[in-house]
Amino acid sequence: MPPLILDLIYIVSAVLFVLGLKRLGSPATAREGNALAAGAMLLAVVATLLDRSIVSWEVIAAGLVAGAIIGAVLARTVKMTAMPQLVGVFNGFGGGASALVAAAELLRGAQADIPGGISAAIGILIGTVTFSGSFIAFGKLQGFITGRPVTYPLQRTGNLLLFVALLVAAGALVVGPGDPVALGILAGLAFLLGILLVIPIGGADMPVVISLLNSYSGLAAAAAGFVLGNPLLVLAGALVGAAGLILTRLMCRAMNRSLANVAFGAFGGGDATAVGSDEDRPVRRTTAEEAALLLAYASSVVIVPGYGLAVAQAQHEVKKLTDLLLARGVKVKFAIHPVAGRMPGHMNVLLAESDVPYDLLVDLDEINPEFPRTDVAVVVGANDVINPLARDPSSVIAGMPILDVDRARNAIVIKRSLSPGFAGIDNPIFYEERTLMLFADAREAMADLAREVKEI
Amino acid sequence: MGEWLIGTYVFVLAMLVGFELITRVPPTLHTPLMSGANAISGISLIGALLVAGGGGERIAILLAGLAVVMATINVVGGFLVTDRMLRMFRKN
Repeated sequence: MPPLILDLIYIVSAVLFVLGLKRLGSPATAREGNALAAGAMLLAVVATLLDRSIVSWEVIAAGLVAGAIIGAVLARTVKMTAMPQLVGVFNGFGGGASALVAAAELLRGAQADIPGGISAAIGILIGTVTFSGSFIAFGKLQGFITGRPVTYPLQRTGNLLLFVALLVAAGALVVGPGDPVALGILAGLAFLLGILLVIPIGGADMPVVISLLNSYSGLAAAAAGFVLGNPLLVLAGALVGAAGLILTRLMCRAMNRSLANVAFGAFGGGDATAVGSDEDRPVRRTTAEEAALLLAYASSVVIVPGYGLAVAQAQHEVKKLTDLLLARGVKVKFAIHPVAGRMPGHMNVLLAESDVPYDLLVDLDEINPEFPRTDVAVVVGANDVINPLARDPSSVIAGMPILDVDRARNAIVIKRSLSPGFAGIDNPIFYEERTLMLFADAREAMADLAREVKEI
Repeated sequence: MGEWLIGTYVFVLAMLVGFELITRVPPTLHTPLMSGANAISGISLIGALLVAGGGGERIAILLAGLAVVMATINVVGGFLVTDRMLRMFRKN
């Protein structure tokens, strides 16, 4: 295929990527948008394979088949609760691939000019950081590595020294492109940096980390595009880089923290029992029977799901309870906090999986004005995101946007015990007069509530 | 106009387009959006194919071949899992 035709096909593919991403942004057209983007990718791959610069096929064929099988198996078998891990792994592979492309192009001896060397150094740096950082994030989400922030002496000094060393290695690579020693050192240091950047970050901050790594994987692809002089890679990479940055900013805002604070704050997950767990204060305990009565005769119920719901796999029981209440004429809505899951929008996917229609799911800004008119708020496996201490300027979670459960007429909090959440602070809602505590596993509690409501 | 200058134009404009497109996406779609965008970042597959199939140094072909595997996992897995999620979304 002549180069001009290939370039024209790349332009078509670029347009399809933009249109696909646009359609991914609305629930009615999202599936079509994804298919469009996949079509754009297929078009670009097929056109590239027909290009005359490709002279050997063995490596390509083996790589495509192996990658397609592994990718398809992972995509089909993953549990929806494990989606953040999977997206993390895919991010890692994408970043790693971009770094390898930049490195391979340098080793081939094709680029010798300064801009090419700089792009390659950036591509190798960001791509490798994405690779190792994503696998640390995977380990944390999967429970292989502690979800607590890992801190050690001289952490910042060490990172700073590492960063300076990286700059030196990158400089050496720019001066002598294709120098395998400089390339190896740069990749090794970047690999270490990825680990050290993610390991101090606590489990509750994972939505930010996953979003940021998503952005990096796009930027790495764009850098690889600069190395190869291929505008399609630059365009697609920049689109993803922008998308990841926006989600990162949204997640930071949902926790009222700056990106720097997430990266270096080593926040949350501290010694949970040490801070203010006031076991002696009285709470109103309830039973499934009593709670079911309250729900069945309410006119409006708002369910507040947290990550604990996903851990207990209680989505399907929640759906059952919702259907029974709806059948009785109770108005049921779900209040979704932006960081309710382990990645942006995770809770929405989990509820969609158990067939809860997405128009029952309401965002924080929209649901908060409704709490004063809500008869019962049911909190399942959520804690910090409903903690009214966030309104107290002296609290560690001050300013974090919360769901105003304390403004509902009644609240039922389903929880195993009074232990605090990730932020490690007590929640005054538990001790309020209008709050009923149902101490149980989320899944069992939901199943019990559904059974009791059915019997009324 | 130099190649890297054209690249910079494309990069800056595509970032702006990305910001415009994503800013208005409802939270319900954030996870599929991220995994779909993630699949798009597997575009480095194109670069991997060109280097792996282009002949030359053995080490370059080997690294590019590894990049083909990783990028293909990213692309195929990413689009499939996004579709799997989006199939579940339904309106009342």
